[in-house]
Amino acid sequence: MRTILHSDLNNFYASVECMMNPELKKYPVAVCGRVEERHGIVLAKNYAAKAFGVKTGETIFQAKCKCPDLVTVDPHYNEYMKYSRLVRAIYCDYSDQVEAYGMDENWLDVTGSRMVFGDGEKIANEIRERVKFELGLTVSVGVSFNKIFAKLGSDMKKPDAVTVISRDNFKEKVWGLPADDMLGVGRSAIRELHRYGVNTIGDLAHCPDEMLSYKFGINGLRMKQFANGEDNSAVVHRDFEFPIKSIGRGTTFTSDLTCNSEVWCMILTLADEVASRLRAAKKKAHGVSLTVKCNDLAWKEWQCGTEHPTQNAYELACRAFELFTKNYPWVKPIRAMTVRAIRLDDEDICEQLTIFRDAGRIAKVEAKDRAVDEIRRRFGRSAITSASTMKLEKFPGGAEFELTMPTGLLTLA
Amino acid sequence: MAQKVYVKVNADFSPEGEVRPRSIIWRDGSVFEITAVMMQIRAASTKVGGCGLRYTVRVEGQERYLFRDEDRWFVEGK
Ligand SMILES: [Mg+2]
Repeated sequence: MRTILHSDLNNFYASVECMMNPELKKYPVAVCGRVEERHGIVLAKNYAAKAFGVKTGETIFQAKCKCPDLVTVDPHYNEYMKYSRLVRAIYCDYSDQVEAYGMDENWLDVTGSRMVFGDGEKIANEIRERVKFELGLTVSVGVSFNKIFAKLGSDMKKPDAVTVISRDNFKEKVWGLPADDMLGVGRSAIRELHRYGVNTIGDLAHCPDEMLSYKFGINGLRMKQFANGEDNSAVVHRDFEFPIKSIGRGTTFTSDLTCNSEVWCMILTLADEVASRLRAAKKKAHGVSLTVKCNDLAWKEWQCGTEHPTQNAYELACRAFELFTKNYPWVKPIRAMTVRAIRLDDEDICEQLTIFRDAGRIAKVEAKDRAVDEIRRRFGRSAITSASTMKLEKFPGGAEFELTMPTGLLTLA
Repeated sequence: MAQKVYVKVNADFSPEGEVRPRSIIWRDGSVFEITAVMMQIRAASTKVGGCGLRYTVRVEGQERYLFRDEDRWFVEGK
């Protein structure tokens, strides 16, 4: 039988801030998006803030209503990346199968290390103690015989704790928990399950196959297998790199956009950076998605395909702008926008040409993009740019890039 | 509360890549010789925050912690 650990850094962003500045530990603390760029929302909080009911995702104003003495701090993404890396280095002392799930969670397969370091629980406790001593952070660790239960375990007791879910005790420990605590049971699935009176993981484990496959197809049967502890998925090797699923660039404008021409300039600017990233990653996109947030904080997302796989800014921007003009009713000014290249493929993959496509023109566009990249490499990003994006007063500096991995979201500063 | 004080350090870098701090130069320029390095271990500073490679060093007959966090050195000041 395998021994799998899932280790989760507790309140990661807030814990790093408190570790670097121990004075903060006395107070309720929230790490918040920067106010001047108007991302005034709570990204993470410590336990003291949690006790006041402060929640991730709410605005600083809402949080301060609940907790007037809340101390807010700016995020330091480079530090989070650094500690994420250092914690992984500790894990790698115990196994070469270490799989990240977002920045603060990892699975470890320690099956082969038990002869050296002792059983899963012993390894988990050693990791927990080392992370606390060496890095001043706390983890909660789940120990089990598969990834799904290991993850469940790491949620059951925190902070700074170890939970063991074994073949012998999983029915008592796990089956009473709400079904959507389990990885693989999404928000839409749980709504459907509730309608059939399936509330706990135990209920799911006993659900008739016919009903599950009728309602959810293959995923329904998988959920049931997970609930019964039948998850055979492997923990990947620490050097394995997941293929990037999408590359996006978004920003919150310094003041709201109010007309199509402004929107076009912003879309072109965002698409330009996405396209550069695509070319650097040697990827082409088969689709584009556009996310728009109005000034009442409601947001919408649309997607469409591209005519052919592309890594060209203008083409991505045209598709994104089409999505916008087709779908946005202009009832409200726009506060934030993200352009994403989706359905990525390697750039050198063979593609089917059609007689309607001007392959010569595409080759010219690609040559031009390469020339632009080269000029920017030598003289900086602003050395060459589209005339329409030259002076953008509402575009803030220093916004964030995102790369979406299949297992989670990694934000690069 | 104790304060994190970044300091200038003289150190020897061995061909094997080992680093041995030799002296600490305080902000006012005074030099404190490190007469012995007792231990080195990765550790967090619970007193002043941050973490790194922690050297237990003897300075003027007293044991002190000296931290190396990437390329910066700090001590737990008063
Ligand atoms: Mg966490």
